[in-house]
Amino acid sequence: MSSEVVAVRPQGPVSALRRFGYSVEDCIVVTGRNLRHFVRQPQLLIFSTIQPIMFVLLFAFVFGGAIESSLPRGVAYVDFLLPGIFIQAAAFRSTQTAVGLVEDLDRGVIDRLRSMPIARPAVLVGRTAADLVRNVFVTLLMAAVGYLIGFRFRSGPLDAAAAILVVVAFGFALSWIFSFVGLTVRGAEAAQSAGFVAIFPLIFASSIFVPVSTMPAGLEQFAAASPVTVSVDAIRALSLGGEVSEPLLQSLAWIVGILAVFVPLCVWRYRRMS
Amino acid sequence: MSTAALTQALVRRFGDAEALGGVDLEVAEGSVVGLLGPNGAGKTTLVRVLATLLRPDEGRAEVFGRDVVTQASAVRELIGLTGQFAAVDELLSGRENLRMFGRLFRLSRRQSARRASELLERFGLADAGDRQVKTYSGGMRRRLDLASSLITRPRVLFLDEPTTGLDPRSRNEIWSIARELVGEGMTLLLTTQYLEEADQLADRIAVIDHGRVIAEGTGDELKDNVGGSMVEIRLEQPAERERAREVLLTLGCGEPKTADRPDELTLAAARDGVGMVAAAARALEEADLSVRDLSLRRPTLDDVFLELTGTTRGVDGEYSSEPEAPAEAPAEARR
Repeated sequence: MSSEVVAVRPQGPVSALRRFGYSVEDCIVVTGRNLRHFVRQPQLLIFSTIQPIMFVLLFAFVFGGAIESSLPRGVAYVDFLLPGIFIQAAAFRSTQTAVGLVEDLDRGVIDRLRSMPIARPAVLVGRTAADLVRNVFVTLLMAAVGYLIGFRFRSGPLDAAAAILVVVAFGFALSWIFSFVGLTVRGAEAAQSAGFVAIFPLIFASSIFVPVSTMPAGLEQFAAASPVTVSVDAIRALSLGGEVSEPLLQSLAWIVGILAVFVPLCVWRYRRMS
Repeated sequence: MSTAALTQALVRRFGDAEALGGVDLEVAEGSVVGLLGPNGAGKTTLVRVLATLLRPDEGRAEVFGRDVVTQASAVRELIGLTGQFAAVDELLSGRENLRMFGRLFRLSRRQSARRASELLERFGLADAGDRQVKTYSGGMRRRLDLASSLITRPRVLFLDEPTTGLDPRSRNEIWSIARELVGEGMTLLLTTQYLEEADQLADRIAVIDHGRVIAEGTGDELKDNVGGSMVEIRLEQPAERERAREVLLTLGCGEPKTADRPDELTLAAARDGVGMVAAAARALEEADLSVRDLSLRRPTLDDVFLELTGTTRGVDGEYSSEPEAPAEAPAEARR
């Protein structure tokens, strides 16, 4: 090798603190790589941006007239809808976590990373963290489009920021579920289909588009307890005003619960992946 | 010299299929060992076990005395892996790939950038360095993949079929890089299905088939095991081959073998090769058979392979092996 500086790998024991620093750095490097991927795939970027905008516009104008009458008095459908659409878009996007992971697995990139002396969770953290950054970006964009058609955060900037945090945290938790799907299911298309099978019922049997009180008994109970509904209700309360703490606590409980189950599951699956 | 890589009675199964059926292999530090075998012989599985990507079901595998299962992170500090499929990031440029791996190998930003430039230069990718890898040819990807394994110097490098699917020119480029690395004292474990590649690059060759090492030695040792030289006769008229065979039979040196080509015959020359050539030439001339070419040749690794595995080599240089060998599907291997 021509360069003396890098001729030999640093070896030997390092302090725990140092090792932690290295792990954080590894996660940042892999996150940066995944973020670059979004930018390098303009088509993906364009369509994954257009899709939520399209949902906002379609649902607001197609269903708006019919549904407004079953909403509480004085609530405009666009104000009701947007918090739901934030969550719906985040849920659909989380299936991309599985797809991205499967593609990396198939291309051997993950094999190379696994054969290198880097932090074990870097691949998973790098993937979910990049998806989180993307979620922030897309959610802000959707809010901006919402503003153009009359949506407003009506409880002030702090609650608005909290609402967006809930969206992003919810998306992050789902990303870990779909990381597990990606590590378990074979093939990107299978991962995508598995994602939709899981996500679709959750999205529609929820308070995203309509109040759950309009649903038949059975379904109403399912919908009311669903993590999607409680998160949407929390965001709605934060943006429209109203009772915040109950749905917010339920939503956070779901988010923490999902992470507590799926992060260890993913790590276990990743380690066992031989 | 210490042992760079060692496997003992290594077994790995995928479902019912046994990919490795008890492999013993030793790679001395500073040497180049070629693992030669047809598709599905277990080569990739063995490399994946040594690279900590796959746990063995039975037996042991070590890299510089560190166990690949219990001391996996220590092993990863020591190895470099260039796989069968170039594991480079298509959406990043060549330079970005190398810088990313540099950062992951604990180089600073500046060191990573400098190292990336050095490697791009050395591997003939300087001009393409800032282009996305998806625009690269197969040979360029493979070189970038190899460069990624060499960001910091591994003590042993695993090259898994480094030239499979490459055109001859790209193959030569990879070979010359491999030779340079060997010249610098790098330990290499190279898997290949090309006999020539093993012959060209490896000090020792282990022939692997159906998950077992069926022969081991230097290229010359393996060739000697097959037997002595052979006289190869090529006739002007393929139609005369049968008559030529009868003539050669009278020499009393055993049964002449008919080869794949319709105009070719071979005759084993266990002892006096030159005398045999003369005798065959004389006999054929007396029988009025016109000969296009008559030569004495040492057995090639092809012959070794044929003898050992009963596998034949097709026109395209690939082996047509019996389908019973478990397929080495990487998609399966990682699950």
